[in-house]
Amino acid sequence: MATLWFILVAFMLTMYVLLDGFDLGAGIIHLMAARNDQERRLILRAIGPVWDGNEVWIIAAGGTLFFTFPVLYASSFSGFYLPLCIVLWLLMWRGVSIELRSRVPSPVWASFWDGMFFLGSTLLAIFYGAALANVIRGVPLDEHGVFFEPLWTDFNPFSKTPGILDWYTILIGLMAASTLTMHGSAYIARKTDGVLNARARRILRISWPITILLTVVSTIATFVIQPQIYASFNARPWGAIFPLVAFIGLLGVGHFAFRNRDLAAFFSSCAFIAGMLASSAFGLYPDVLPAVNPAHSLTVDNASGSPYGLTVGLVWWLIGIVLAVIYFVFTYRLFWGKVTAKGDYGGY
Amino acid sequence: MDLSTILSRVQFAFTVGYHYIFPQITMGLAFLIVLLKTLYLIKKDERYNISARFWAKIFATSFVLGVVTGIPMEFQFGTNWARFSAYAGDIIAQTLAMEGAFAFFLESAFLGVFLFGEKVFGQKVHWLAAVMVWLGTWASGAFIVASNAWMQHPVGYTIVGNRLHISNYWEVLLNPWIFPQYLHTMSGAVVTGAFIMAGLGAYYLLARSHVDYGRIFVTLGVIVGLIASVIQLYPSGDLEGQQVAKYQPVKLAAFEGLFHTEQGAGIVILGQPNTATGQLDNPLIVPKVLSFLTYRRWEAVVKGLDAFPPNQRPDSIELLYYSYHIMVGLGTFFIPIMGVACLLWLWKRRLFTTRWMLWILMLATPFPVIANTAGWFTTELGRQPWIIYGLLPTAQGSSANLSAGNVLFTLLGFAGMYLLLGLLYVVLSVTEALKGPESGEGEEAEVAEEGGLPGLATGTVAEG
Repeated sequence: MATLWFILVAFMLTMYVLLDGFDLGAGIIHLMAARNDQERRLILRAIGPVWDGNEVWIIAAGGTLFFTFPVLYASSFSGFYLPLCIVLWLLMWRGVSIELRSRVPSPVWASFWDGMFFLGSTLLAIFYGAALANVIRGVPLDEHGVFFEPLWTDFNPFSKTPGILDWYTILIGLMAASTLTMHGSAYIARKTDGVLNARARRILRISWPITILLTVVSTIATFVIQPQIYASFNARPWGAIFPLVAFIGLLGVGHFAFRNRDLAAFFSSCAFIAGMLASSAFGLYPDVLPAVNPAHSLTVDNASGSPYGLTVGLVWWLIGIVLAVIYFVFTYRLFWGKVTAKGDYGGY
Repeated sequence: MDLSTILSRVQFAFTVGYHYIFPQITMGLAFLIVLLKTLYLIKKDERYNISARFWAKIFATSFVLGVVTGIPMEFQFGTNWARFSAYAGDIIAQTLAMEGAFAFFLESAFLGVFLFGEKVFGQKVHWLAAVMVWLGTWASGAFIVASNAWMQHPVGYTIVGNRLHISNYWEVLLNPWIFPQYLHTMSGAVVTGAFIMAGLGAYYLLARSHVDYGRIFVTLGVIVGLIASVIQLYPSGDLEGQQVAKYQPVKLAAFEGLFHTEQGAGIVILGQPNTATGQLDNPLIVPKVLSFLTYRRWEAVVKGLDAFPPNQRPDSIELLYYSYHIMVGLGTFFIPIMGVACLLWLWKRRLFTTRWMLWILMLATPFPVIANTAGWFTTELGRQPWIIYGLLPTAQGSSANLSAGNVLFTLLGFAGMYLLLGLLYVVLSVTEALKGPESGEGEEAEVAEEGGLPGLATGTVAEG
């Protein structure tokens, strides 16, 4: 049962990265792809009706993590205190920047929020990557399952006590930013026409090889940093399906990007992201938070909730998620197609 | 209690108190928007529809602020209250996670349809979207109240080792504490919404601008406001009082500043609790009323704070006492304000020209927010020294690994960010309110009007 929940929470987090990932990516390319007020409004119109719903996935995933793995939730959220609070501030500020940008008819006001939207989106992408890297690398959990990690320590690449941000986690952060740039530009290319579409396609084609390079470097670094991942794939070779999906997805992005098939490129990017996240989760299992001293690691067994709680939770969770998927299909169908400068878009 | 825990308490109180300004506005307005939209469909008077659209804009701004300030709430259980989360997450997080699964997805999907879909889907779907948004916001409130009710009155658990396990899901969902608290919280939200609507309507009438809409807003605001204010006192407030008397008598004693057990205890109208001497300074007391309200007998004995050992008493008696009295005092004023306004409205619609009453309505606008905030302070401070009543002391619920310096860092960060957000919210809402309901009509016209912005005139993008 705990293993099933491990998969379901990983699924929710993946949904979050796939969905909010494209609007974060839209924020990263916002200033490059859109050069004037109208174009910037179009980018906001492309994500406006959906970004809030996308973000609900992280709230729902957080809540689900809380009741399915209470010990993990308590330990990781308090241990990653400072970076988590910074992520919360960025999420808040970025959300506000989307909604308030077009509320005051002043070019200075709009420019300010455009900058905030870019900055918030970019930093969030890097922080999410770094967060994942910290979980993969493991944390200094003590025998009570408690740790506290500072943001950085001595900037020494060989430090025995690295902080949240060091060369490895920043490397993964940059890889995440590059991946979401690719993801977001495919989405914006799909949702727009004309000059905006052309610029988004150009960014997509540039970010693709950069993502390949960073993926190769990150993968090598990860196998060095966390030997458990290699051991997992060695013990359960069928798990190779996940990196394979990621690999095909990444090839697909390039294949479709150079044939101007935006939607196919976007879905390939989805496959790449889902494959990478699934590979990480598969590699860590049965750990949910590895410790520097493996005896103190939090696993699906010692960090999960009660069997009864996990069982009743599954019943309502399935109902809730089926409803959520219905809403999402409905909303995305409703706002399907390209955005235009005309029409009622609720003020974006 | 160590400094880190105290700072975590301040941070949680500050962030949740600030956050709650927005959900009470959205829960209240969502209900009123459904009424406006329904009135439009019944009366076919376009002004009701324009009103609904106008309030949807105010709603949307409040909703954004509610969403962004709500994100830290769920996460703070883990960041600042890790021992509580590990201890009780098996239960408390069920209702918190259900909020995400059942309320947030619903809200976000239908809000999109409500804000962007009127022309595409027509009036009936638009009405349905308004209803769904209303239900979503109120469902959200239900899950949060259920979570809080469990902390006030834990049920459906077993203690396994050093953690709690959920033993009965339905007991947690049907906790008797939920119903009175939910009714009280929701009618409190409607009071806030109604006062805002009536207050803005009164401003329009006083300023002699948008007079048609001023009348609609004042009418709907005072009628709904009167009903909700009465429900706030009876039955919901009364039910909550009975419940506190039954399960948390020490909280009741602190509410009332009742230091000593008394037969035929009186109710305190004014006075300052002096915890050093154990008495009220400058008391103004109506004799025997507290005994009657609590036990329905004038001579009943009400337990005072002295009936409980000091370590069982709430740790900030003064603030708790004032929170309670501000809540009850303001709530009591809301009924005659809305009552007189309703009478003037019934009396040949004299309300629309009675300037002193309109002034009162306009100036009363922020007070329900204060009363609701004081209400949350009342229930939460009254739960102390427990984080889970009777099970886990607050001092043992915080994150043990946080230094006071780290918590103060984030507390200051939240304070700075929320100050900015508050300024933005007030400026944008006031601007929107002053523009009035007719301003948003014809979005195309508005876009064209802003064509003076650099670059905006360059080429339109065709439909794909």
